[in-house]
Amino acid sequence: MRDLYTWLSIFAVVAFSTAGDVLISNAMKLVGDVGPLYRQTGLVGVLKSVGGNVRLWFGIACMAGSFFSLLLALSWADVSLVGPASASLTFLSNAFFAKLFLRERVDRRRWTAALLVASGVALVAI
Amino acid sequence: MSFRKLATLAGVVLFGSFGDVSLARGMKSMPPVEITNLSALISALANPWVIGGILLLLGFFSTYLSALSFADLTFVLPATSIGYVIMALLGRFFLHEHVSLSRWTGVALITMGVGFVAGGPALTVHHREPEAQAAARSEAP
Repeated sequence: MRDLYTWLSIFAVVAFSTAGDVLISNAMKLVGDVGPLYRQTGLVGVLKSVGGNVRLWFGIACMAGSFFSLLLALSWADVSLVGPASASLTFLSNAFFAKLFLRERVDRRRWTAALLVASGVALVAI
Repeated sequence: MSFRKLATLAGVVLFGSFGDVSLARGMKSMPPVEITNLSALISALANPWVIGGILLLLGFFSTYLSALSFADLTFVLPATSIGYVIMALLGRFFLHEHVSLSRWTGVALITMGVGFVAGGPALTVHHREPEAQAAARSEAP
């Protein structure tokens, strides 16, 4: 039963983290490149555009959810399992959902990079 | 990719790595925080390493948002994962931690992954304008 709780909480970390990254990425694409925006409207204009985007705040809320799920997972299992499992699965789920929801072109090169980084992160975090 | 964009990606990596290491150094200099005594975390906010870590992580979040404004999520995440390599190096040479063979293997895999993604385009270009123009032309009498 403890294993089930551990993997459910790891799944929650991955789900919240992926949702947060996808929402924040979508929000920033709607805002547009902040470099030219800064030159046109200054820092206040950039802060207004970024802070006025509701998706960004939902994304940040999801990141907070991911953090608390991580704390929950760490109360049931060792960091040597929770850390690598959640970090590497998040890399792969981000690639899948970025293709699905953000319509990003995730070609063979990006899938290979995601797999290499996910495996590397798992090894580094063990 | 322009210098500004490369500097932003480097900012994500450096602010994130140094922020995490600074927080780790601050928390390691304190007695362990028990789940029954979470108020001890408040006293951590007086530690200069923790304060520095929080400021650096604010820098990380700002540069991360900026990077996502000009590049795909599936580009930014692998490209900035070189931060794990920097953290392993900082852990080895700054915090004097033991870095195992499996961890060095992970560092090598991450470096290869970063090399793969960095060789491709940073942003997916959606060709909506030509489609819209084609639709407008087909509707025109």
